[in-house]
Amino acid sequence: MQTVDDLIIRIGGEAGMGLESSGVGFSQALVRGGLHVFGLPDYHSRIRGGHNFFSVRIARRPLYSHTEPVHLLLALDQETVRRHIGAVVPGGAVVYDEKDGLPDIPRRTDVGYFPVPLAKLAEEAGGSAIMRNTLVFAVAAGLIGFDPTYIESVARDNFARKGPAVVDANLRVIQAGVEVSRPFQADFPFRMEAVPGAPRRLLLNGNQAFAMGALAGGCRFVSGYPMTPGSPVLEWMAAHAAEYGVVTLQVEDEIAALCMAIGAGYAGVRAMAPTSGGGFSLMVEALGLAGMTEVPVVVYEAQRPGPSTGLATRTEQGDLLFVLHASQGEFPRIILAPGTVEQAFEAGWRAFNFAERYQCPVIVLSDHYLATSVRDVAPEDLNFDAVVIDRGELLTEADLDRLEGEYRRHAFTESGISPRAIPGHPKAVYASSSDEHDEYGHIYEDAENRRRMQEKRMRKLETARSEMRPPTAYGAADPDLTFIAWGSTYGPLREAVDRLNGQGVRARMLHFTDIWPVPQDVEKLLVGETIAVENNYSGQFADLLRMATGHTVSRRILKWDGRPLSPEYITHHVSRFT
Amino acid sequence: MVTIDDFASPVRPTWCTGCGNFAIWNAVKRALAQVGLAPHEVMLVSGIGCGSKLPDYTHANGYMTLHGRTVPVATGVRLANHGLRVLCTHGDGDAYAEGLGHMLHAARRNIGLVDIIQDNRIYGLTKGQYSPTSDRGRVSKTSPWGAFELPVNPIALALAAGATFVARSWSGDLNHLTATIVRALGHRGYALIDVFQPCVTFNRQNSYDFYRPRVYNLQDDPDYDVTDRMAAFARALEWGDRIPIGVFYQVEDRPAYEEQVPALKAGPLAPRPVEKLRPEQVQRLLEEFL
Repeated sequence: MQTVDDLIIRIGGEAGMGLESSGVGFSQALVRGGLHVFGLPDYHSRIRGGHNFFSVRIARRPLYSHTEPVHLLLALDQETVRRHIGAVVPGGAVVYDEKDGLPDIPRRTDVGYFPVPLAKLAEEAGGSAIMRNTLVFAVAAGLIGFDPTYIESVARDNFARKGPAVVDANLRVIQAGVEVSRPFQADFPFRMEAVPGAPRRLLLNGNQAFAMGALAGGCRFVSGYPMTPGSPVLEWMAAHAAEYGVVTLQVEDEIAALCMAIGAGYAGVRAMAPTSGGGFSLMVEALGLAGMTEVPVVVYEAQRPGPSTGLATRTEQGDLLFVLHASQGEFPRIILAPGTVEQAFEAGWRAFNFAERYQCPVIVLSDHYLATSVRDVAPEDLNFDAVVIDRGELLTEADLDRLEGEYRRHAFTESGISPRAIPGHPKAVYASSSDEHDEYGHIYEDAENRRRMQEKRMRKLETARSEMRPPTAYGAADPDLTFIAWGSTYGPLREAVDRLNGQGVRARMLHFTDIWPVPQDVEKLLVGETIAVENNYSGQFADLLRMATGHTVSRRILKWDGRPLSPEYITHHVSRFT
Repeated sequence: MVTIDDFASPVRPTWCTGCGNFAIWNAVKRALAQVGLAPHEVMLVSGIGCGSKLPDYTHANGYMTLHGRTVPVATGVRLANHGLRVLCTHGDGDAYAEGLGHMLHAARRNIGLVDIIQDNRIYGLTKGQYSPTSDRGRVSKTSPWGAFELPVNPIALALAAGATFVARSWSGDLNHLTATIVRALGHRGYALIDVFQPCVTFNRQNSYDFYRPRVYNLQDDPDYDVTDRMAAFARALEWGDRIPIGVFYQVEDRPAYEEQVPALKAGPLAPRPVEKLRPEQVQRLLEEFL
């Protein structure tokens, strides 16, 4: 028996078997049991069939990333064994349903094969074979020595609204799973026991953290159209809309979604439109409207691999230069790319402050990996106390009462920011226009006015630059290798940097959340051997840095197969050139 | 007391002499004054096109947006502040070509907008291409063989989509136009007013002289029942020597979208202060993830 540093359990089966819901439930139980988890769903764009899996990485220290090996494979079909048996570490095991049997492939001699009548037991104990997803995790708990009462507590909470009969059925299923694991326990060497009395921690994904941050930041209007992986933000907001006074609507298309959010922003409400790259493509013209008429609005763009429909349920960082340049003409925009649950929460409220301070569109770039992976954090890591609501140069009712002369919505100012009045005050009646306009908002084609108005708008970007956060540095202070990352590659790269430093390679990560405008003085940090690590084909952020700073990265470690970068993938590539 | 002069803007219209937009512009101002809505209590949202410049010529809150996107922007304004009466003024290209989908969804949503379509049945600002309401066979720069398509029927489409107020008026009858807008301003949900707006420069066919002998007012028939949807459909299909104007359909039994939104029960959103969540709210949110 050995207690390992890390233990990875992977459940696999078809869509419709409830892998992700049971996987998240089990992860929740692990966190209640004082352990740290990183849960990674992997699924196809279909409702039934195909092959899906969910990996739960478990440790006694905080985790930031998934990794590739598997200690315990929970197979709800033969396909799971076929696909994942190669990932199982020596000494690991496969739990499979007796009724499914094993696929006709060579058996590994260094892996345990544990047949369990999963469907039959679930039927007997719980009344339904579908409950084998819960049962198999109870088997896993038995094998790793994890106290099943934590699973029971999650089942009680999750099924309470379905009534005591459902709760009891689940408890019986969990009991049956633990019981049936007993004969196999001696043959499974890895243990990960609960840490009783550990402080309570939260388990959530990037979508949830961003949505909660946006709500905390005063977002009160959300319009969207369903698209993986962005729409859970609309769903989360809709679930909280009545309680927190948020208007949420599912609309006819993403064009309408952003136009409505812009209308709401114009009228004075903090508004956003969550989507993915395909939806953002439809929003492109409206983005320019917000730029031209200086309307605060937030777009949440959870990337997935393109072009076109691409890989609907997979991950990529391929939209960076697209969102940077989207829409005709030149106008200021701000781009944030959180990399962790904590940063996603912060981006939620920071985005709305930027939008109102600079009266421009703000794009928060997420991706499927960040949006859907679950991680545990301490409650204080989602720092609600640090939330600031700064509406920028917004004229109050009293300011407007005192207003002399006609209100100039787009007044020329040194900072480029024109004090904003929310429509509805008798002294600040104005109409802005997507046509070039004068200070009052009237359509005006004069060349000198155009020059000054364009300069005024673009000046906001320079004002904003001073507020952009420099990259977070992590790892060796005096590095041989400086890795450059943005967005969701934070976790895998952080762990790769740890491993490299452990191997004596002095490695450092510079991770950017504030992408555009590029923070001041970044070039001073870009010294020595620099390696861009990106989940895309070309290294778009490296190109952006070159454009903005003149710095050319030495190397690029890239991945574009629709799957996230792993620490192993990064260290493997580093080993090829060091 | 609100008067038509309260809506006077320093900007002079660039419309051609005789353009049907002048009547629409005057009717909007007259209707607003008549119902007592001051410039700061309304929002005129438009798209792009000759008619969409109307907010620039009017002293009132306004927003000139994108071609075709008038209605979704206006919907956002209305939901953010339903204390503002929101009117859309945009052309047939804007409303029925790029914006047709939005119109149908606004109708089924029953969002509280007065949607005035300046329907000149031609593209004016881009100089004379055929539009979605141009007659089949219409010769234009982009339809040199005559348009192959049938014109859209906005009245029938709005009815089919579930609109609760569907009307037609025309620029040759300022009083009727004003009265129709006044009636729409009193409607609780989505109100479509399709307005025949002669274009004196690019559409010589659908002129004042074309419409004057043909239009008749549905409300002149005391037996016409505006709550009878089938009757409205029948009149929507009437075209030729006699063309109906007036209110085709109006029912008040369906709540407006904004009346049903839980967050808006406490009043308009925009004037509410934006505040940090209270500690007990934060606690409740965090509990979801423990």
